[in-house]
Amino acid sequence: MSGITLLQHGLTGISLGGAYALIAIGYTMVYGILRLINFAHGDIFMMAGYFMIFAVASMPWYLAIPLVMFLTVLLGVTIERVAYKPLRSAPRMSIMISAIGVSYLLQNLATYLFTALPRGYPEIPFLKKSFHVGELSASLVTLITPFLTILLTFLLMSLINHTKLGMAMRAVSKDYETSQLMGIKINRVISATFAIGSLLAFVGSVLYFTDRMTVFPFSGTLPGLKCFVAAVLGGIGSIPGAVIGGFILGIGETALVALGYSTFSDAFTFAILIVMLLFRPTGLFGEKVTDKV
Amino acid sequence: MNNDRCLTLTDLQVDYGGIHAVKGISIEVPRGKIVTLIGSNGAGKSTTLRTIAGVVKASAGSIEFEGTQLIGKNPDDIVSMGITLVPEGRRVFANLTVLENLKIGAYIHSHKLDDDLERIYGLFPRLKERDWQLAGTLSGGEQQMLAVGRALMSRPKLLMMDEPSLGLAPLIVKDIFDIIRTINKEGITVLLIEQNANHALKIADWAYVMETGTITMQGSGEELLAKDSIKEAYLGKKKQ
Repeated sequence: MSGITLLQHGLTGISLGGAYALIAIGYTMVYGILRLINFAHGDIFMMAGYFMIFAVASMPWYLAIPLVMFLTVLLGVTIERVAYKPLRSAPRMSIMISAIGVSYLLQNLATYLFTALPRGYPEIPFLKKSFHVGELSASLVTLITPFLTILLTFLLMSLINHTKLGMAMRAVSKDYETSQLMGIKINRVISATFAIGSLLAFVGSVLYFTDRMTVFPFSGTLPGLKCFVAAVLGGIGSIPGAVIGGFILGIGETALVALGYSTFSDAFTFAILIVMLLFRPTGLFGEKVTDKV
Repeated sequence: MNNDRCLTLTDLQVDYGGIHAVKGISIEVPRGKIVTLIGSNGAGKSTTLRTIAGVVKASAGSIEFEGTQLIGKNPDDIVSMGITLVPEGRRVFANLTVLENLKIGAYIHSHKLDDDLERIYGLFPRLKERDWQLAGTLSGGEQQMLAVGRALMSRPKLLMMDEPSLGLAPLIVKDIFDIIRTINKEGITVLLIEQNANHALKIADWAYVMETGTITMQGSGEELLAKDSIKEAYLGKKKQ
């Protein structure tokens, strides 16, 4: 394989990894605060794709982006309010089942409303612009994705480590009742968590679908599962872990495709999940559980 | 008369975890005093405090704080009104630094915290030395001091404490009770739950004895300390 091809594949892998990372953050943040695997997260990502299709059909893309961003956040927060909040004091399994229910609901709603035929994802002009460096050529989105991912991760980490809201999020993730005793409105903090997760899922969807070009009702299923694996790989609950997990999966998959084993690229992801759960269930950066009695 | 009442519970009943944990108790906490609630495990003391703080819902009765009904209010409203609970077992946020734990105690406030922090560090110099450490790395006594400091950051009018001496070495227990006195002298009303009845009764202006969800006895700290039945049940002294 020539150096250029290698570079080209490397770029594709990093770019795919970036989109995965942004979605994986949503899984890891919700898990961190609610101890819930939000199975509907991949479908929020899919819905963001559809929202974008319809928005761009009726307005210029620079208006569509903020509108769809808002709609995706609204969807994420509403799902939490309607399907998870009433189960706050129920056993964890109930809320998990509710999440699976929401996931199917969104998939079937999308099939019903938009049919199961794939629809073309709109082209956002500046993202599709291609560029050439020597023999290397790619669209701008491929180049932007990793940088945008790292920038957003950095912003998110500063939010969590240096703001009052971030401090409250860390407190709530540790201890609900004591957080309430401090005067923290935990429902607001949880809503904020879903809002941030959905916002990142929206950014991920723009980057991912611009590359894939079509959206269909099950578009969110496989990427959703893979990003969940990315979050587990990095150590669920850890944001840098999710980002690194996303990049590892994106690069690994692309490498397999490049080597001619594209049939195994999905298997690779889930093999990683099994190996991880067997040998290091807390993931690469997972918090160690230390119970002090 | 109404003026020097800080907190009044009237016929409070609480069902908690399928148990009728509090069966109609009436308690009065006068402003500026230390009132203690003693009793054995499972008497319903913690449930009472958690109900006042709003994290457990009452099933009947009334809780009045400075003339306002607290039943039905959310925990964050209650903190904003000036009632803060130091929970049983300290419950500091182990994943936050000491400084962050103190800051989160003042979550309801948006003013500058420098003066409040100075005041807490004055009371607990150890916390200042360790303000960058994760709270989970502190010793039990330091965590209790942090829990008290964190509660004071909300500038409470009424400070409720749930078993502050639990699991601490005797010397540290003495420190904690000294601190409670100091806090009280600064004008903060204290409602204290203790199994360590001896210490609690010594500092209390008024005390209630709680058994299986009801108040069985009340009196000034000194009176109760002198009672034979109390000595036998809570102070481990046999009748002669």
